[in-house]
Amino acid sequence: MISREEYFSKRDPSAFPIWQKATIGIAGAGGLGSNIAISLARAGIGTLIIADYDIVTAENINRQQYTLAQIGKRKVDAIAENICTFNPFIELVLHPVKVTPANFCDIFEGADLLLEALDEAEQKEMLISCWAKYYPDRHIIIASGIAGYGKNETIHTEHYGLLHIVGDLTSELQAGICPIATRVAVVANLQANLALELLAQHKGI
Amino acid sequence: MADKPIFWVNGNKLPWQEGLVVSDALKLMNYTFKMLVVKMNGELIKRENWQITFIPENADLKVIHLISGG
Repeated sequence: MISREEYFSKRDPSAFPIWQKATIGIAGAGGLGSNIAISLARAGIGTLIIADYDIVTAENINRQQYTLAQIGKRKVDAIAENICTFNPFIELVLHPVKVTPANFCDIFEGADLLLEALDEAEQKEMLISCWAKYYPDRHIIIASGIAGYGKNETIHTEHYGLLHIVGDLTSELQAGICPIATRVAVVANLQANLALELLAQHKGI
Repeated sequence: MADKPIFWVNGNKLPWQEGLVVSDALKLMNYTFKMLVVKMNGELIKRENWQITFIPENADLKVIHLISGG
């Protein structure tokens, strides 16, 4: 078994201790959420709160960080299983439920900042609204416009105070066509990357 | 002569007048998307308040289009 010291060697001396102390909330463990969780776990965030009510299906495999053997498992359990294969030192708080205004605070109370990784626009709006209501002094990072492939130049980040939006802000999903691994992972990692930056600047905690 | 009163929506300058509410601004800009997030002078304006929230002169509105996919 690898030691904590060996595992966390050669880390950024100023940012890493902050990341270790941080708790990040991730709403959704699909294409965005599974990629966000894996990158943040590798980067050394101390605690992740992950909420998703869904199970892994065959059509998820094209872009979500799950294996064929995990089809039928709850996504929160599958992502925890995968993270534990490469980071035994992270704390994971798993909520296998649909996020609603009623359970919002029970799930995300401890989060220093929130990453939105939900599917439907209505859900994204609910999340922004609840976060602004209960935690008006904490950052939230949303994804909007991830469909398709290519169009690298269009993906960007916009900042509106503590609300940050990543994506191309225009690409709608076409009926019956899933998002694609490359573009989803790019947006997810831009969300995660911004979270690390905000924390390192002491803007998250 | 004083400049004509204005307000801003996503960087576009619009003529301001007394009594304008947030939903008027969305109509003026032809924003018809179903899922929008509106911030005025940095503050989130809830959907249920769009028709009753007055826009002050020189207000800075940001309207963000939320698109499904995750």
